Amino acid sequence: MLDDKDRIFTNVYGFQDWKLAGARKRGTWDNTKALIDKGHDWIINEIKASGLRGRGGAGFPTGLKWSFMPKADVRPSYLVVNADESEPGSCKDREIMRHEPHLFLEGCLVASYAMRAHVCYIYVRGEFIREREHLQAAIDEAYAAKLIGKDNVHGWDFECYVHHGAGAYICGEETALLESLEGKKGQPRLKPPFPANSGLYGAPTTVNNVESIAVAPTILRRGATWFSAIGKPNNTGTKLFQISGHVEKPCVVEDAMGVPLRELIERHAGGVRGGWDNLLAVIPGGSSMPLLPSDQCQDLTMDFDSLVKLKSGLGTAAIIVMDKSTDIVKAIARIAHFYKHESCGQCTPCREGTGWMWRVLERMAVGAADKREIDLLFDVSKQIEGHTICALGDAAAWPVQGLLRNFRSEIEARIDRYRAPVPREAAE
Amino acid sequence: MAARRLDPNQPAAFAFTPENLAWAKTTISNYPEGKQASAVIPLLWRAQEQHQNWLPEPAIRLVADMLGMAYIRVYEIATFYTMFQLSPVGKKAHVQVCHTTPCMLRGSDALKEVCERVIHHDPHHLSADGDFSWEPVECLGSCANAPMVQIFSDTYEDLTPESFEKLLEAFKRGTPPKPGPQTGRQASCPAGGPTTLKDFAKA
Repeated sequence: MLDDKDRIFTNVYGFQDWKLAGARKRGTWDNTKALIDKGHDWIINEIKASGLRGRGGAGFPTGLKWSFMPKADVRPSYLVVNADESEPGSCKDREIMRHEPHLFLEGCLVASYAMRAHVCYIYVRGEFIREREHLQAAIDEAYAAKLIGKDNVHGWDFECYVHHGAGAYICGEETALLESLEGKKGQPRLKPPFPANSGLYGAPTTVNNVESIAVAPTILRRGATWFSAIGKPNNTGTKLFQISGHVEKPCVVEDAMGVPLRELIERHAGGVRGGWDNLLAVIPGGSSMPLLPSDQCQDLTMDFDSLVKLKSGLGTAAIIVMDKSTDIVKAIARIAHFYKHESCGQCTPCREGTGWMWRVLERMAVGAADKREIDLLFDVSKQIEGHTICALGDAAAWPVQGLLRNFRSEIEARIDRYRAPVPREAAE
Repeated sequence: MAARRLDPNQPAAFAFTPENLAWAKTTISNYPEGKQASAVIPLLWRAQEQHQNWLPEPAIRLVADMLGMAYIRVYEIATFYTMFQLSPVGKKAHVQVCHTTPCMLRGSDALKEVCERVIHHDPHHLSADGDFSWEPVECLGSCANAPMVQIFSDTYEDLTPESFEKLLEAFKRGTPPKPGPQTGRQASCPAGGPTTLKDFAKA
């Protein structure tokens, strides 16, 4: 297990003071100027060397992303932080914003400096009202203490603004987020151009997840080698895991990348309800990742590469645990409803396909379907996947495909039961 | 996607209070010159908060005029983003019940049944006294504290049908309890105490 001394988010549960005085006691804002003085390139190279991969789901190397930003441009550069945490199962950025806002803010400063940005917008999902208030209070404190703002103690002019949405999952997609931040409907843009070339207001922009930004100052302070020594090769560092569903004690916890799933559930979350053998399946990385049946969970380790090998993904490391009492078809039908509700409506395969998949799954949940519809559903999911501007189409298709791959016999059994002749006494 | 329409009954006019108007001007200045449309969601949200938590049509026009936007563009925003309530909601509480899979697994269907019984059979309808309304919503991002509801700015977590019904009674009396987990646990810490960072668990 990860040692407490290697944990980054020491106030993840909010037992301590989240304001500036408390944050300073935990080491936040401790001689940040020394990090800045090492230069733009040193920061980017250190983050590259640490092996940090984006914590928002896709796992793209953060340092590499930062290096895409132009070094000289007539346009301003922007850092936009994606705090639109909405992937079902995910609840980690919320803890960072309400309990570690200064650590996060310090990350915004060093990341913006590395990318030569003077302005940062933090796009918080609309529902996180109290989280937004904490963040704004922290920003106000930081301005008052001259940690950020014009002529601050770090010698890099830096303005930081909290922006918010109003209830649209799609705004977690980076180009939809930029559209929304520009005052439009959150409908994703075609890429290329990528945001590093043409992002917010047509200027060079990097969009990063809250956790990716918030871990940066600690990595820079303690060194890339410290971070990269934790976890597994290509899957380094620590990660906030979120364990929800059928466990005894659902929780958020920071542990090393590559931690065994079973250890995570049993040590921190009090175990699967009714014991490990009562496990039916887990969704390992937020609702868009295909589920894994229990036999694949026995020796599973939680990192990007291990999960991709099983045709799933680490995503946001939001683990949704389902025990044997779960109506698995219904559970995935609910996820399908989520994507139907959240489709922005721009691309036909997604707009029409998500609703179509949901309606079929609701029928399959009670068995009122035809067996040939199982293959048809899989085929339709393949028609959505990869045929839309953004990844919401993929995210809607994958959980359905995961269900069909692993629980086909369950659906067939329900269809058989539904079609079984009604016994004569019952009919009368 | 959901089809959302404005309420047929609208007030004649809407104006920001002086405090909110000053706040709006500061907010608009957070964005570069010529990009003031960026402030549209924050301004609409403030209008909704000022107007008993639902967004009337005159407010949409006012915000459009303030930001130099066409009415249709702001109308699009108000209908696209589902946190904008386009019809009146309960005065004492508008209950948003999260019903996405992580909450469903821990019993959010039972919370919806409480709403159907206590508030109104259908979502987006006012209770008989006009004090309450409810709607099922998609994931509110508190999955380690499921099932949960959001009432205006606050979340109430780790609910059971019993504790949820007590919560509604408290809102009816006008004495809402402390937000957060209703079981006494600290945020998303494992129930019964942390498994990590025990030295940090004392305030």
